[in-house]
Amino acid sequence: MAYSQEDLAIMDSIIKRYPRSRSAIMPLLHFVQSRVGFVNGDGIELIAKLLTLEAAEVSAVATFYTQYKRKPVGEYHVGVCTNTLCAVMGGDAIFAGLKEHLGVENDGVTADGKVSLEHIECNAACDYAPVVMANWEFYDNQTVESAKDLVDSMRSGNPKPPTRGPNTLVTWKEASAVLAGINDGKAHEGVQAGEPSLLGLKISKEGK
Amino acid sequence: MTKLAPVLSAHWDEKDSFTIEAYTRHGGYKASQKALAMDPDAVIQLVKDSGLRGRGGAGFPTGMKWGFIPQGDNKDHYLVVNADESEPGTCKDMPLLMANPHVLVEGCIIACHAIRAKHAFIYIRGEVTHVVRRLNQAIEDAYKAGHLGNGVDLVLHVGAGAYICGEETALLDSLEGFRGQPRLRPPFPAIAGLYARPTVVNNVESISAVPAIINNGPEWYQSMGTEKSKGTTLYSLSGHVNNPGQFEAPLGITLREILELSGGIRTGHTLKFWTPGGSSTPIFTQDHLDTPLDYEGVSAAGSMLGTKALQIFDETTCVVRAVLRWTEFYKHESCGKCTPCREGTWWLVQILRDLEAGKGTEADLAKLLDLCDNILGRSFCALGDGATSPITSSIKYFRDEYISHITHGGCPFDPVASTLFVGAGA
Amino acid sequence: MTTTEIVDMITVIIDGFEVSVPKGTLVIRAAEQLGIQIPRFCDHPLLDPVGACRQCLVDIEINGRAFPKPQASCTIPVEPGMIVKTQLTSVVADKAQKGVMELLLINHPLDCPVCDKGGECPLQNQAMSTGRSQTRFEGVKRTFEKPINISSQVLLDRERCVLCARCTRFSAQIASDPFITLNERGALQQVGIYEKAPFKSYFSGNAVQICPVGALTGASYRFRARPFDLVSTPSACEHCASGCDMRTDVRRGKTLRRLAGDDASVNEEWNCDKGRWAFKYVTAVDRLTHPLVRNDAGDLVEASWPEALAAAAKGLKAASAAVLVGGRATHEDAYGYSKFARIALSTNDIDFRSRISSDEERDFLAARVVGSSTTYRDIDRADQVLLVGFEPEEESPIVFLRLNKQFRKRALKVTTISSKLSIGVEKLNGEFVKVAPGQEAASVSAQALTAQSIILVGERASESAGVLTAVAALSDSTGAKIAWIPRRAGERGALEAGAIGNLLPGGRPVADSAARVDIATLWGASSLPSTIGRSSDEIYAAVNSGAIGALLVGGVDPLDGANGESALAALEKAFVVCLEIAPSEVTSRADVVLPVAAVTEKSGSFLNWEGRARKFDAAVHDSLNRSDLRILSMIAEEMGTSLNLSTVTSAAKEIASIGAWDGARVQMQQYSSTQSPALNGDRFILTSWRRLLDLGTLQKGEENLAGTARQTVAVISPSRALSMGVSDGDLLKISTVQGSVTLAALVEDIHDDAIWAPRNSRGSQLLVNLGAAHGAVVTVVKI
Repeated sequence: MAYSQEDLAIMDSIIKRYPRSRSAIMPLLHFVQSRVGFVNGDGIELIAKLLTLEAAEVSAVATFYTQYKRKPVGEYHVGVCTNTLCAVMGGDAIFAGLKEHLGVENDGVTADGKVSLEHIECNAACDYAPVVMANWEFYDNQTVESAKDLVDSMRSGNPKPPTRGPNTLVTWKEASAVLAGINDGKAHEGVQAGEPSLLGLKISKEGK
Repeated sequence: MTKLAPVLSAHWDEKDSFTIEAYTRHGGYKASQKALAMDPDAVIQLVKDSGLRGRGGAGFPTGMKWGFIPQGDNKDHYLVVNADESEPGTCKDMPLLMANPHVLVEGCIIACHAIRAKHAFIYIRGEVTHVVRRLNQAIEDAYKAGHLGNGVDLVLHVGAGAYICGEETALLDSLEGFRGQPRLRPPFPAIAGLYARPTVVNNVESISAVPAIINNGPEWYQSMGTEKSKGTTLYSLSGHVNNPGQFEAPLGITLREILELSGGIRTGHTLKFWTPGGSSTPIFTQDHLDTPLDYEGVSAAGSMLGTKALQIFDETTCVVRAVLRWTEFYKHESCGKCTPCREGTWWLVQILRDLEAGKGTEADLAKLLDLCDNILGRSFCALGDGATSPITSSIKYFRDEYISHITHGGCPFDPVASTLFVGAGA
Repeated sequence: MTTTEIVDMITVIIDGFEVSVPKGTLVIRAAEQLGIQIPRFCDHPLLDPVGACRQCLVDIEINGRAFPKPQASCTIPVEPGMIVKTQLTSVVADKAQKGVMELLLINHPLDCPVCDKGGECPLQNQAMSTGRSQTRFEGVKRTFEKPINISSQVLLDRERCVLCARCTRFSAQIASDPFITLNERGALQQVGIYEKAPFKSYFSGNAVQICPVGALTGASYRFRARPFDLVSTPSACEHCASGCDMRTDVRRGKTLRRLAGDDASVNEEWNCDKGRWAFKYVTAVDRLTHPLVRNDAGDLVEASWPEALAAAAKGLKAASAAVLVGGRATHEDAYGYSKFARIALSTNDIDFRSRISSDEERDFLAARVVGSSTTYRDIDRADQVLLVGFEPEEESPIVFLRLNKQFRKRALKVTTISSKLSIGVEKLNGEFVKVAPGQEAASVSAQALTAQSIILVGERASESAGVLTAVAALSDSTGAKIAWIPRRAGERGALEAGAIGNLLPGGRPVADSAARVDIATLWGASSLPSTIGRSSDEIYAAVNSGAIGALLVGGVDPLDGANGESALAALEKAFVVCLEIAPSEVTSRADVVLPVAAVTEKSGSFLNWEGRARKFDAAVHDSLNRSDLRILSMIAEEMGTSLNLSTVTSAAKEIASIGAWDGARVQMQQYSSTQSPALNGDRFILTSWRRLLDLGTLQKGEENLAGTARQTVAVISPSRALSMGVSDGDLLKISTVQGSVTLAALVEDIHDDAIWAPRNSRGSQLLVNLGAAHGAVVTVVKI
């Protein structure tokens, strides 16, 4: 796809964040995902051109990191934590349930392009286990049923909001723009912390 | 007196805790004002005196790390904050940044002053969109308020899914736009780090601890904790407990104490095994409930304090399954650079899968241990070492359970029993 | 070495033995000094240490303090008080190494019987020394699609790869061609290219050579031979003047592969792909095998050697004769031609420059180059390097690697005076002094150099008047050293051998009577001709005007010169004796054709651009072909005289006996540059150079190699492109009165007046198609 002048200006501003331009590879790859939905050849070649690198150097980086996708994912990309703690506490069951419910395997996308599914590693929310992520927003304390409801809400076009995140779930491309460092104005939305994050503080205030 | 001591987390329960207004309301950005008026060396000395040690896992004294940066070398210096929090079980930095990103921003300003850096980077893992928003907004607001941009620039760099980037030299390579693979040391980052310039790499929690230390003085910080492990820290309790969550306490608290405060092991169940500091730290059992959770105490008991990620597993959990899953994680996250980790984790997973499926033999256990011996201390970085920890420690404590998989011809556990929603009709 | 360097030595104990090595030496190499071989894969002495494979783990203690775990000996420099225990004396190190070896093998396929590397494979060898006899791995091996082409000449088998990253590090660190990289992660990590950009590096063969397993193989050698069937001979590369040390591997009289040799002072351990993969011309089906003589009917027919030699002698005696020897002759052969011209033909009409040349150049070579010795080592020490009429990567690739090494190591400043910025100079981050073709001289004069600087002058410097004059003056005013780097391997040797009209062997000026006496005495001749000889162009002109009636021609392509039509006419007209390996534009016009040996079939030496002798023996021993020198001796005998050079050895001895010339050197005349021509709308000034991989005769039949050649394009500047409405890929027709070429446009950094095209590439043979190569005004239209 062709990038607009505005896109190119954003990419230029991303490069300017860094003392050395090559550092901008990762945010630029996130930015490509925000425009294309995944990292395609055009994106790799454009980044190579912008940073005066060989395309091979850019693809070497792109293929190292699992968040950069080689093919389109859903509008809502769902990740189920199946690292040990979440898996044991229900993540495995949730993942199996979603696979069956959506009719897709790991890394699969539903035919309507709405939802893709991936099992993910620990997402730093273990006190909210089992954890499901959608477009890398937190859905805490999930069950098989709540996860199915969640993906159903996505497919119906009215996704449930994250537990700790903005008031509405943004799309995969919109989330990728945030990861590229673009402020979408939603930082103030959502809770400041979930209950487990506050538990110690609460107990302390109770004087225990 | 309470065993808990919320400092970092003191104001997380205010709805707007993440805003610059809330942060300023509680005295935010006073510490940086105070520090900027001090001689940089005095700031370093103050942090040294506080006894603050790295909260990312290794526990290296923070002030000493800052002191390694060569001064008067006419080179650019950099501060890089490791916010790549990815160690399984570890979940302290993300809630911290969600609830109070400004404390990290202020810590960066102080640290940059101390090490004479004009440029700081926060390398945050990429799988946390909302935390990225909060931190990005905090940086914007700090610029607007003039805290940043007047001598210190701060850039948020978002990762893209690679556990290895939590290793500081891999993080630096990643930040420079390369594949996140660890570098040879020496040279150490303090001499040749980011862009081959003197660089301090600190964990989020370490830097975030600094403003309070500046405000309250090193003696105050020294007054908490144990002999060699000073101050407070975030303990993250997760797993088969009635009330998981974050518990900020002076170093040295025990798991028994945290469990007592929080409501204990899942009702009707008993503690089987736990990690003191994430999956790379050898597991503990009931026998370690009273081990002081400080750097020395945990180490003396045969593990590592690590990230203080207390993952609790009760008797319904199959240790072989747990270890296999962790091993699969290490295989997935091995960067591929060195042979022992890359090939070793590939093989370990295959043996463990067979063992879990009841297709192994006792000889496989010996092979597993020998393989671990060929990986531990032979790999390029600590990832390979970490991969062996759950295996060797679990065989040490639960050898019989491995054997029972062999004799039983499969896993004797019901995985449903260990889920959180067992009995909830799920 | 001209200066003594003081090196700090450090003494360490390895396996109980003391060894002293220079400070900074890595443990693994200190051990080598004791003959202790620590197994390794990723380690390579010319690449930055990486410590990735972990095969070389050893136990180390320093002043009584032991490292808690074994250390990679390829990453740790020696330190005073260090005690190292390798696998020979440490159980821990031994187990660590065995453990790593086992892990390297679990995913390695057992396809050694069909693997090219089998028999010379570091993995195979070290598996024998360090591996287990029985595998403990009962799992599933990692599999990949079997070999994939990463270029037309390199194949990658990822299953065999041990991920030592030597190839990717070579490409990035040595060649600055990061077209191959590590991709993916963990156990799926693999070497690869970007899907649309093959491994088109001029140096890709080195990656194949340093691969410690059979993961990278060359398309030309794949499945052709077993290492133990090959007979290896040290050799020297005949392709350019870099002077690479080489190894030629022959099976039953046929060269199957060539490898870079190891010469730290010249090519280190590298060479270019042309040197490695262009050798089939030797075994081409059209090699000349028998002498040919033109009969009365005007046909070239096979003849016996005595018949042919008699005909040659007769023809050369019958008229005034001149000698044209190409730039690819060995030093000894060139010496033979030089002596033959003076002794048998009594003339100084001899020129090795079968290319565009000038009188200014002839002066310059005699005044500044012959007998001089600027070296690679000087590049290592230079404060800056100025390139004049010279593209190192295209025209002397090992010089490029050396410049690149110093650039990467210490940011060596490189400046080029040229019309077009080249890929190679860009890689060196060189300063580009942009000039219109033909106007280089003024920019040369404007350079600020020092006595520590070096001016690398290419043969193309002769194509613009005044440039060599300016180079000489710049050297005089600054003390900067000059190095002349011709493209062809034989030119420096031919210069030293006096195969040029103004010099006798050993740099003796023809015009100097003492010099003539010197050489006449050596040769046992009463006197030597004293008239300065004609240049190639003048010789052809003299034939066409009737002043010369016979030509002795060896290894010349008449179309390489400035005036191909005149050359061909002369060859038609004169009585021509031609020494050649294969049919050519000369043999078809010759009266006597005498087949000669190719480089691999004879012994001899080249003098590289440094003037350093690169000796070689015959790699193919059973060739019936004779060297030029031998045949020249036979013709001389037939003419009733003698060269007294029965063998290459006797020639080498005689050359060595000449010694340096301590008399006056030829003085450089002053030449000035020509006016820049007036240009209008569709007029450009042509400039060009030969690419490393092109239609060169010695690359004939190497299709795999040709597949990695750079794209043939015509380069114009952005502003000219804008005014002509041209963008990349549009077709441009470049015309002269002689003809035209039509090429795809590429808009790049080039002087606005200039248009660049490759001089001798597919679709762009400028000398043939346009009759011009540099400095001529051409008409360019978009079609």
